[in-house]
Amino acid sequence: MTRYSLATKVRRAARLRRPRVSAWKRGEYLAAALFIAPGLIWFLGFMLYPLVYSFWMSLHDWKIRGPSEFVGLANYARVFTDNINLIALRNTIVYALLSVPAQIVLGLLIALGLEQVSRGKVVLRLIYYLPVISSWVVVSLMFMFLFNSEGLFNYVFGDILGLVNPNTAWLNRASTALPVIALLGVWKGMGWSMLIYLAALQSIPAELTEAARVDGANRGQVTRFVTVPLLKPTTLFIAVMLTIGAFQSFIQFYIMTGGGPVHQTEVFLSYMYTQAFNFLDFGYASAIAWVLAVLILAISLMQFRLIKSTYEY
Amino acid sequence: MSTESPTPSSGSTDSRPRRRRLPTWRLLVYIGLGLGVLVMMIPFLYTISTALKSNAFVFTPEFFPRNPTLENFQTAWNSNNFQRYFLNSLKVATLSSLLTVVVATTQAYAFARMQFPGKNLIFNTYLITMMIPGMLFIIPQFLQARELGLLNSHLGLIVFYVVGSIPFQTFLLRGFFESIPRAVEEAAYVDGAGRFTTFARVVLPLAGPAVGTSMIFSFLGNWDEFTWALTIINDTSLRTLPIALRLFQGQHASQWGLVFAASLIAIVPVIIVFIIFQRSFVKGVAAGGVKG
Repeated sequence: MTRYSLATKVRRAARLRRPRVSAWKRGEYLAAALFIAPGLIWFLGFMLYPLVYSFWMSLHDWKIRGPSEFVGLANYARVFTDNINLIALRNTIVYALLSVPAQIVLGLLIALGLEQVSRGKVVLRLIYYLPVISSWVVVSLMFMFLFNSEGLFNYVFGDILGLVNPNTAWLNRASTALPVIALLGVWKGMGWSMLIYLAALQSIPAELTEAARVDGANRGQVTRFVTVPLLKPTTLFIAVMLTIGAFQSFIQFYIMTGGGPVHQTEVFLSYMYTQAFNFLDFGYASAIAWVLAVLILAISLMQFRLIKSTYEY
Repeated sequence: MSTESPTPSSGSTDSRPRRRRLPTWRLLVYIGLGLGVLVMMIPFLYTISTALKSNAFVFTPEFFPRNPTLENFQTAWNSNNFQRYFLNSLKVATLSSLLTVVVATTQAYAFARMQFPGKNLIFNTYLITMMIPGMLFIIPQFLQARELGLLNSHLGLIVFYVVGSIPFQTFLLRGFFESIPRAVEEAAYVDGAGRFTTFARVVLPLAGPAVGTSMIFSFLGNWDEFTWALTIINDTSLRTLPIALRLFQGQHASQWGLVFAASLIAIVPVIIVFIIFQRSFVKGVAAGGVKG
């Protein structure tokens, strides 16, 4: 009894003498496991497993009921031969080209402007940001109505100004629907790039712009030759994010045109959704999604490489 | 930025009070921003205007309704289960964002402060899934939800909303935890507190604003979520607002006043939440965005 308690005492003394760090280091793995477990299990079960499953599906002629037939890369071959994917690619590129640069330029201009004003900055920023936080469904409905053949746009630019045919149904043809949807994209998205630019502007040391001013540069020159070049990494980052976003557009197309008429305004995800949930061709739809994922990955890697090579300033 | 200094040409007369008149360039900036705001607001204003028009006048294009009426708002609010959709959205978005934040916060803390095998592997997997288009998951998750009997249920929405935000929120919060000085926690350990006590009593109170921001982000995202709800919800009574609005427009194709009254009711909570939490929200966007 006595001996036992002596041993305990010795052990306790030893433990006390050791640095505290290792005392909780031993429980480290257990604690970490407890902290990680809920999120990790959730993630593995409902995200990683579906991810792998999705790839598996893309290799099959997937049947909702009954056994699915393994077809290898046939679905992928079909992605590259299906003309509608070519239309989707064209539409996606047009949409990205129409919407991404405009969002960058306008976002930058607004941010530079907001940096200059002292009063009303918060309110102005709020208004420019409102479309960003509004739901895609609501803003898509708004633009559908504005560009309806009897909508405000036709009234102002057709009936009053005589610039367009006042009966144009803008969303009924790819050549007019894409610019309208891109306009919606710009209107909804430029508040986001404005906000990122504002944050970046705050991190530019005031000494740099002040030094340029002391050297005799005027306000425009400072902006043009000091501020904007310093924002280059931010610009590239915004370009990457917006391009990724443009390639993933879905809701605005789904609601405003549904990819129609006859697939003319289809983008990848609207076509994928139709293949999956209208035609129940899950294998083919999964293949489209994977091709898009790889395409997006390639584009972002390319752009990130560009960032790396131009980052030093 | 040296916004206070006058134009270079007036540099020699610098001694007089500066605020006497608005410099021309600043006036121009205000005019430009004002015009921009006007253009930005047109879609919203026209939506409000349309919602205030009675149905007979919806396609009359004037900007200011002749006989403004709140009729559409009353009809929308009282019809077609609208209040139920509103509550459905509130329930689903609140529960999902709460769960997301609990799970993401504990996880993010472990990634920021603890050492364990596989740490980098797991975290990098999160980063990679953030780059994969969310729509890729919709098909396998749909089949999974069908297997588990989660189709056509709010639980099915919540389970997948949470998992959808885990990688990003964990990433965002880890960045925040890393910015807390370690000394704070070390002081707690020296005082004899354990891992969990330190986390709960010392770190969490410090993380309050960041956790709040994260919760707002995921709440707003879930409030607006359209595609997954559209895919798995069939029952009229289980619809959330975004899909209800979309189907509402389908059913009442010519009643735009009604559709927009309903839409405006749906975005008002978002705008209120945003105005209240504007500051932390802006910071969150900047942090999430810049780190990317």
